[in-house]
Amino acid sequence: MPQAPTSDLAPAADSPRRVSWRRHAAGLGPVLGLVLLCIAGTLLNPDFATWDNAMNVLTRTAFIGIIAVGMCFVITAGGIDLSVGSMAALIAGSVILLMNALIPHVGSPVAIVALGMLSAVVLGAVFGWAHGILITKGRIEPFIVTLGTLGIFRAFLTWFANGGAITLDGSLSTVYSPVYYGSALGIPLPIWVFALVAVAGLAILNRTRYGRYVQAIGSNEQVARYAAVAVDRVKILTYVGLGVCVGIATLLYVPRLGSASPTTGLLWELEAIAAVIVGGTALKGGEGRIVGTVVGAVLLSVISNILNLTNIISVYLNAAVQGAVIIAVAFLQRGRR
Amino acid sequence: MSLHVRFTDIVKDFGPVRVLHGVSFDLEPGHVYGLLGENGAGKSTLMKILSGYESASGGELSVASSPCRFKDSREAEAAGIVLIHQEFNLAEDLTVAQNVFLGREPLRRGWLDDTAMRAATREVLAQVGLHLSPDTPVRDLIVAEKQLVEIAKALSRHARLLVMDEPTATLTPSETERLFGLIRRLREQGTTIVYISHKLDEVERITDEVLVMRDGRFVTRAPTASLTRQQMANLMVGRELVDMFPPRQPVVDAPPLLRVRHLSVPGWAHDVAFDVRPGEVLGFAGLVGAGRTELFEGLLGLRPRSGGDVELDGRPVRFDNPRQAASKGLTYLSEDRKGKGLHLRLSLSDNLTLMNLDRHARPWLDLASERRALDQAIAGHGIRTRDPEAPASSLSGGNQQKLAIAKVLQPDPRVVVLDEPTRGVDVGAKRDIYFLIQRLAAEGRGVVVVSSELIELIGLCHRVVVMRGGRVSATLDAGHLTEEELIAHATGTH
Repeated sequence: MPQAPTSDLAPAADSPRRVSWRRHAAGLGPVLGLVLLCIAGTLLNPDFATWDNAMNVLTRTAFIGIIAVGMCFVITAGGIDLSVGSMAALIAGSVILLMNALIPHVGSPVAIVALGMLSAVVLGAVFGWAHGILITKGRIEPFIVTLGTLGIFRAFLTWFANGGAITLDGSLSTVYSPVYYGSALGIPLPIWVFALVAVAGLAILNRTRYGRYVQAIGSNEQVARYAAVAVDRVKILTYVGLGVCVGIATLLYVPRLGSASPTTGLLWELEAIAAVIVGGTALKGGEGRIVGTVVGAVLLSVISNILNLTNIISVYLNAAVQGAVIIAVAFLQRGRR
Repeated sequence: MSLHVRFTDIVKDFGPVRVLHGVSFDLEPGHVYGLLGENGAGKSTLMKILSGYESASGGELSVASSPCRFKDSREAEAAGIVLIHQEFNLAEDLTVAQNVFLGREPLRRGWLDDTAMRAATREVLAQVGLHLSPDTPVRDLIVAEKQLVEIAKALSRHARLLVMDEPTATLTPSETERLFGLIRRLREQGTTIVYISHKLDEVERITDEVLVMRDGRFVTRAPTASLTRQQMANLMVGRELVDMFPPRQPVVDAPPLLRVRHLSVPGWAHDVAFDVRPGEVLGFAGLVGAGRTELFEGLLGLRPRSGGDVELDGRPVRFDNPRQAASKGLTYLSEDRKGKGLHLRLSLSDNLTLMNLDRHARPWLDLASERRALDQAIAGHGIRTRDPEAPASSLSGGNQQKLAIAKVLQPDPRVVVLDEPTRGVDVGAKRDIYFLIQRLAAEGRGVVVVSSELIELIGLCHRVVVMRGGRVSATLDAGHLTEEELIAHATGTH
């Protein structure tokens, strides 16, 4: 090729190595925050840094964390889903009703529970698919679609429950309860599932074509369309994936209380979105961080754990502290594009 | 009141890169100046300093004999200097009157004085010859009207020096005439106009004097009447333009690679037919709005089309989206690099491999293989970057364009459509791209070049299809390619 004139050189203020080091450092913010919080927690209460407490915090994080991994894909592709809390409630209520109804027809309680768990995942996928179709083929803003279903899902649960609670039959809850309360190798099952979902999400987002397309669409949908990416299909899949994550979180949640009520999953959508954002994913899309999302989810529940274990700040101010952390993180990341 | 402007040794640095090296010249009131220079010559930067969007790193700008250093564009406007951008600064949802007074709305007892705004707007609209209600939403205006609203807005701010950056880029010939009439009237009233354009025929017609810049330096000034267009072009580039284009290879006499018949895109293109043979560079000429880009977007399935028989390599095909087209061997480079061509925030290799990721997935993405593809593209296309890990936005315009072209070549297409392949790139990168296009043709591919630069089409193409109002008005062979001929067919004055 002929030589281009020197004016064609892009100005670059830093040497390559320094630039890429800084790029990696940008992802470490949430991790650093979590480490600092843990140090503070340990200093404030010796019970904080115990195995049991750590397992307790991580088990409680599992629901939101699993949903947040799915949410990370949706947000990275430039979308949003406000309905996940209501969706979890409706799935919980529906599978409990289904399992109770199956008792006279299916002999084995294990089979009933397995069917219930499977149907939770299938329901989640169907709900997510419906979101995706309305958003892509129906060309409605994701905010509007999922704001609508947020109301619809919870209303149907309330209707099914007649305003009260839907409770799992006692014979089934004894079979089902190990799914939440059981453990393997000393680690509770929900944590294993959470870890599996997170690792799968990490691999899919960063090492598959689909993951690359998700980031490309969130970064600039038009460019992706012109670059021969099947934009609609990829977007629908992000909502289906989130629905599946909600289904998985719900199937872990049902054995915990054995019931679903109009307050089940209340505000989960905000906690899941907060975890994604605290983890460094840009709300406007294009840049997804699964590790950050997991760290963000853990960080938010560590805050409430510390407030529970100490009495410096009232537990009732938990949401205020979390809110302040979200705003602080957004402030620190405002310059980053 | 006259407005005399003097630049003395103006210097501008962006980080370590100096883009203006001590520019000095004067602008007399009541003249129309043509400011000429290649992309990257520094003319836009200089005009941004004049109008308060950038500040100089050194040197002095004096307006009406007193030194000035505008903090922002409002200060420059207060001094009577207004820059009219290539992309308009209008709030689409507000009305014409609301736009004209945006940021300095007149108040009456603390409330907006709509009556006064409407009356004053009517007055400036009449000055620019635009007969519109001040209450029309800007969204409803055509491009030419928006341009006039921008000028009306400047006049209502008592502008005495107007900088127009490529004002006719999106205007039809009759709208251009209207703009020229307005420029002449403004000049008579003593307004200074700095007219930036790559269209030398317009510079020749409307300006009194040309100022030439090259590589961040002021080169020369001369009365427009004393220069031919060829002399202007040579002054801009600083050398003879003959070696810009590689020699054309003969086209193999083979059946066409791409055969299009009766292709119609409602509202844009009607019953278009053309062939692209192996090894051929086929040009598409036409005015803005002639339907060239829309024709190819229709071919790719990006717009609805109402008919058309397309054959690729002898087989009938029908594309519903660019994905199908790419899998069959046809790719398209959009004219809109920022909006449709590149993901500026993503890395170079993410951009490069997006169209053929399956080659790097087995099934997990092989980052090392993507990196090898990037290294090959950097070497093969002469992409200059200091950091291959950096986002695409860190590249200069010319290198971004080379990356965008490398990207559409990744799926190894049989036919590639390049829409305005040299828009916004400097002369060195332009030459690189011309040599690349000729190399692609020599490899036996079909290359379609859609371009608004006639010189480019004349220098590159074996044949040129001229479009006018959505129809093919002529297909010219290399032997008949002249600027006059192309313009005559594009404007229907043949």
